[in-house]
Amino acid sequence: MVQVTGIKEIIKPENLVYKKTSIMTKNILSYCPGCGHGTAHRILAEIIDEEGLQSDAIGVSPVGCSVFLYYYLDIDWQEAAHGRAPAVATAIKRLMPEKFVFTYQGDGDLAAIGTAETIHACNRGENILIIFINNGIYGMTGGQMAPTTLPGMKSSTSPYGRDVRTMGNPLKMTDIVATLPGSYYVTRQSVHTAANVKKTKKAIRKAVQYQKLNKGTCLVEIVSNCPSGWKMTPVQSNKWMEENMFPYYPLGDLKTPEE
Amino acid sequence: MAKIRGSIVVNAERCKGCEVCMVTCPTGTIAMAKEVNGKGYNYAYPANPDLCIGCANCAMVCPDGVITVYKTKI
Amino acid sequence: MEKELRLMKGNEAVAEAAIRAGVDGYFGYPITPQTEIIEYLMEANPAETTGMIVLQAESEVAAINMVYGGAACGKKVMTSSSSPGISLKQEGVSYIAGAELPCLIVNVVRGGPGLGTIQPAQSDYFQSTKGGGHGDYHLIVLAPASVQEMADFVELSFELAFKYRNPVMMLSDGAIGQMMEKVYLSPQKQRSATVPEWATTGKPATRERNIITSLDLDPHRQEVFNEKLLAKYNEIREKEVRFEEFQCEDAEYLLVAYGTSARVCQKAVQISREHGIKVGLLRPITLFPFPSKRISELADQVKGMLSVEMSAGQMVEDVMLAVNGKVPVYHFGRMGGIVTTPEEVVENLKSKFLKG
Repeated sequence: MVQVTGIKEIIKPENLVYKKTSIMTKNILSYCPGCGHGTAHRILAEIIDEEGLQSDAIGVSPVGCSVFLYYYLDIDWQEAAHGRAPAVATAIKRLMPEKFVFTYQGDGDLAAIGTAETIHACNRGENILIIFINNGIYGMTGGQMAPTTLPGMKSSTSPYGRDVRTMGNPLKMTDIVATLPGSYYVTRQSVHTAANVKKTKKAIRKAVQYQKLNKGTCLVEIVSNCPSGWKMTPVQSNKWMEENMFPYYPLGDLKTPEE
Repeated sequence: MAKIRGSIVVNAERCKGCEVCMVTCPTGTIAMAKEVNGKGYNYAYPANPDLCIGCANCAMVCPDGVITVYKTKI
Repeated sequence: MEKELRLMKGNEAVAEAAIRAGVDGYFGYPITPQTEIIEYLMEANPAETTGMIVLQAESEVAAINMVYGGAACGKKVMTSSSSPGISLKQEGVSYIAGAELPCLIVNVVRGGPGLGTIQPAQSDYFQSTKGGGHGDYHLIVLAPASVQEMADFVELSFELAFKYRNPVMMLSDGAIGQMMEKVYLSPQKQRSATVPEWATTGKPATRERNIITSLDLDPHRQEVFNEKLLAKYNEIREKEVRFEEFQCEDAEYLLVAYGTSARVCQKAVQISREHGIKVGLLRPITLFPFPSKRISELADQVKGMLSVEMSAGQMVEDVMLAVNGKVPVYHFGRMGGIVTTPEEVVENLKSKFLKG
């Protein structure tokens, strides 16, 4: 392992402030440089570690860039068909209610093909956590338009920009889910700055607690970037995300439990 | 008066040179190397190690989790 | 322990048998002619007695994916539907086969294609035995011909499903699903506490993580896996063929029929013999694996075979393959949801084999 280090004298076990959690496996992440998936995975892994959930967690991975999520977190996994993760998770949680059950899905998975499964799992108030990575594009298949692609945004299937007259408007699934009585905690976060990473971690931790209390579905949307699909550098993509995605998908809680 | 000093360790071979850590670092500690690693990425490294305050912001935003952070009072 | 004698519809018998077999979960969606299965389960409310989960999903697609999730946890889970709904499930079924998961899918067949009719048919034979979903896989397919078999095959299905880590289909039809007959029901079994070592149950420190998936981007690894599946299906072909013979010992002509058609053909055999024609019936019970070997043997004995199916002729192709040209093989069957009569079968047999 090639390491580059700062001041060597400070590097001692007792001075350790931050180390990648052992819930992350040693596998190299397959994501593009700067992609928010890696950060989101790590936050989730840290929560599983800190809350002692490794032997309780059962995750459901999607179809999309994160289809191989099961290579990266050392817990039991089920790979779901495209969009079906909430249905898969429904059965797991109903049959094994003491486990920590969550799905991790992209915008095509959750808001296109999986629209019915998303809405109905939330409508039934299934006691699961849905993590929704929204980067407004289909990354894995090469950058096609997603239900959450912004008006005017270019993609390989909207090469002149999304025309809402023929392609519809972006679908705000999280807002729709927040209107359902079965959803308990619905929030929108990001992972592109340290401050936002901390907020996202807090949101996921809350969702873990709520699941233990059997309160209903928690949905944590993470507005994220796709440097490859958006054809920008990672740093540019985070800036573009702040300037264009956030106004459309504002960060913050959409639904919190009454205190 | 005691000062907080930090030190980061970057796994240069696994760094993908995305630069998000560099942009996030509040003190200007991190820069991208002129050399590339085995994958062809200009990896991040603590170019100005004396500026590091061990805040771990870099490690928190790193998508590949290649940064380990240490901190002490001097 | 004593079996309990009841008078029930085929659909109801499946539901009751599922509760008694200690099934962990049923996930379904209404569709005629099998909606009684979920209605019976909801009313029986086994959540209160055995803890069995019964959930009406938002679609057949969601239901089969719930089955996937439950099966991957090592639980005994099942779904039921009828032809158009089974088409919806094909993606999920392929995934279940590809992930090597055990489960039961009940298809109470109605006339098709498309929305079709609500009357019984046998036009899903190809779908059930030749594919249905994409990729190289097979379902183990059991074809009940009575309400009793609809009940008995629940336990048998799960036994085969877990033995081979493969989905099993019970291919019934609208007539058997709806008709009422005497059925002897097994006593209540405890829901199993055994967890297969491959199941996702939360990773303890004592083992590696379990990953249930059907994806592999490495073609060499995927080929090894495909060969493993092939070997499994060959083992199933060797060991799990089931069929029943009726008056075949001295038969000169053979009827091949399953399900409701087999019931009709039993009568057709009797009528034929009254007319002096020595006819026998071979009733496949497993459609996959198909009783090819036995049919091939019978082809050395008889002068011709008639595959009687409520379809345009699907199983007849497997009969022809097994006979391999030794004797003529024809198909007869009504479509559109119409059930053949025994007299029609006899007339057709005569016209095909005894002209002039």
